[in-house]
Amino acid sequence: MNDLEYFFGEVKAVDNISFTVKKGEIFSFLGPNGAGKSTVINILTTLLPVQKGSVKIAGYDLKKEPEMVRESIGIVFQELTLDRDMTVREILEYHGRLYSMPKTARQERIDELLGLVELEGKRDVLTRHLSGGMKRRLEIARGLMTRPKVLFMDEPTIGLDPQTRIRIWDYVRDINRQGTTIFLTTHYMDEADQLSDRISIIDHGKIVVTGRSWELKNTLGEDLIYLETSDNWTASDLLKKLDSVKGVREKSKGLIIMVNVDGTYLLPEIMDKLRSGGIRISAVNLKKPSMDDVFVHYTGRELRDTGMEKGSTVSLRAGGR
Amino acid sequence: MHTGFLTIYWRDMLRFIRFRTLLFASLVQPALWLAFFGIAMSNNFERLTATMPAAPGVRTVGYLTFIGAGVIAMTTLFTSLFAGTVLLFDKNWGLMRETLSSPLPRIHIIIGIGLSAMTKSFIQAGVIMGFGLLLGVQFFEGYTPAQTFFSLLGIMLFIGTFSLGFLFLSAAIAITMESPEGMQAVITLLTMPFFFTSNALYPVNSFPPVLRALSTVNPLTHLVSGIRYFAIGSDFSSIGLRYTYTREEVLVSFLALLAFAGIMFLIARWRFTKVTVT
Ligand SMILES: Nc1ncnc2c1ncn2[C@@H]1O[C@H](COP(=O)(O)OP(=O)(O)OP(=O)(O)O)[C@@H](O)[C@H]1O
Ligand SMILES: [Mg+2]
Repeated sequence: MNDLEYFFGEVKAVDNISFTVKKGEIFSFLGPNGAGKSTVINILTTLLPVQKGSVKIAGYDLKKEPEMVRESIGIVFQELTLDRDMTVREILEYHGRLYSMPKTARQERIDELLGLVELEGKRDVLTRHLSGGMKRRLEIARGLMTRPKVLFMDEPTIGLDPQTRIRIWDYVRDINRQGTTIFLTTHYMDEADQLSDRISIIDHGKIVVTGRSWELKNTLGEDLIYLETSDNWTASDLLKKLDSVKGVREKSKGLIIMVNVDGTYLLPEIMDKLRSGGIRISAVNLKKPSMDDVFVHYTGRELRDTGMEKGSTVSLRAGGR
Repeated sequence: MHTGFLTIYWRDMLRFIRFRTLLFASLVQPALWLAFFGIAMSNNFERLTATMPAAPGVRTVGYLTFIGAGVIAMTTLFTSLFAGTVLLFDKNWGLMRETLSSPLPRIHIIIGIGLSAMTKSFIQAGVIMGFGLLLGVQFFEGYTPAQTFFSLLGIMLFIGTFSLGFLFLSAAIAITMESPEGMQAVITLLTMPFFFTSNALYPVNSFPPVLRALSTVNPLTHLVSGIRYFAIGSDFSSIGLRYTYTREEVLVSFLALLAFAGIMFLIARWRFTKVTVT
């Protein structure tokens, strides 16, 4: 897909986005609320028109052959889109009929999918009586009903408990192993990190960076060192001169130092350097770059705390999820 | 032929049958209308018109029989105009995304919902007719079984075309509006002029010219005329007035309904190509 742009009136929701998803891949869009993830999904799934740019999905041009694109894709929307007054079986039945699946194929597929998402026992239950996790699983089953070549999932595990999320990740991997290409969006770092082959970080409607999880982490260097010192400013200046230091980022109380070499061996050198410069060190932490760090590095914003500043971590954990 | 509209039809009927109270209310309400309004008014009218001389050689029917056709037409109008609301709910609750992102051509959504509105109207008309016959409505009197059968077919043809027309109108409104309350208001506003400028409950002969003109372009008038022609006959008198319907007039009425349905279909189709659901 090339140079995609989308305006809601004056608001530019998608800004010149280009990327390619390979066949059989799990590809993630990682971005904060309002980044434009859903807008991209809505365009790719033909719900919004292509205003500018060109897109090819499963070999079909989105603008010229939207019908063929529709035939080839499955969708799991961000918000629940299940009719509360239909049963689990009827939901899948309706979907299969929309795509003109023959009757026997429909029935076989329904049995198979209810097995996959472990909803056999709920076959004739109205969806209004399902729990949030069950509804999500049903939506995933529905997205798979027609054996799509490409499955779009908009925030597949939003609002679910940790166990359910892990189970859904398992389904997603299963589905992918069976040959379905998956495009998903998320604002969960761990989801992008663990589930996808490649990730695009998206912010303000733009792709900031694309790559494999380890590639992205490696761009931050080998290790991250967190320091709190008596004079962060001077410390920062001193350390930037070191060859093995890739970059220094200032935080509210301390510094994060990105280093090119194994931090375990570099740390003593750094401490010596600072001490000889007359700077006192009050806290030290060493860790491998995480997806969170990558995200902060590229967007200059934090979705959640990076976990290196101790105090704020605790308060966030308590208040957050 | 693509039979996608049957899928839409299936889902809508499923929901119609699933809600027992709604189903029950939609069947009983028009019957009650006929019972209370019809019986109350027919006593009044009968007294007022008792002194008028009946035209010689013309069959006279009571007021209840006269408005039997009106109540059927009125019920069809309401049912069809409200049947589109389901599209508004589907749109607002995100349910329509599934359908719109599927390969199903959008026209099938309109046709499917249209068919289900038509089915509902047939069921209601059947209930009203059955109930009316019990109350003493003189429909199909002196008809042979074959005549009754063909009359019923004629009535169904009229009701079907009429209900499609108003369903298309309702679908066009539903897909354009944002809120169910707004839609409710628009529909209520719409039903008034259709209802009161028609011959459903009273004769239009004594209307002032403007209203008379309105009544002749009113689809409800054409539906009522059609039902009366098939159910009562081509020449009868009621509440002191004589009614004659020639074959040509009835044909014109039917063509008027067809034209109405056709125009509404085009409007609905146009509104549907404009819709984006996110
Ligand atoms: N229907 C709409 N009309 C106007 N603006 C819209 C509409 N939908 C989205 N936007 C705007 O487009 C931008 C991108 O929204 P989008 O829903 O794509 O974000 P997102 O990445 O999916 O966020 P979230 O994680 O909250 O779902 C936002 O600024 C939003 O306000
Ligand atoms: Mg979104």
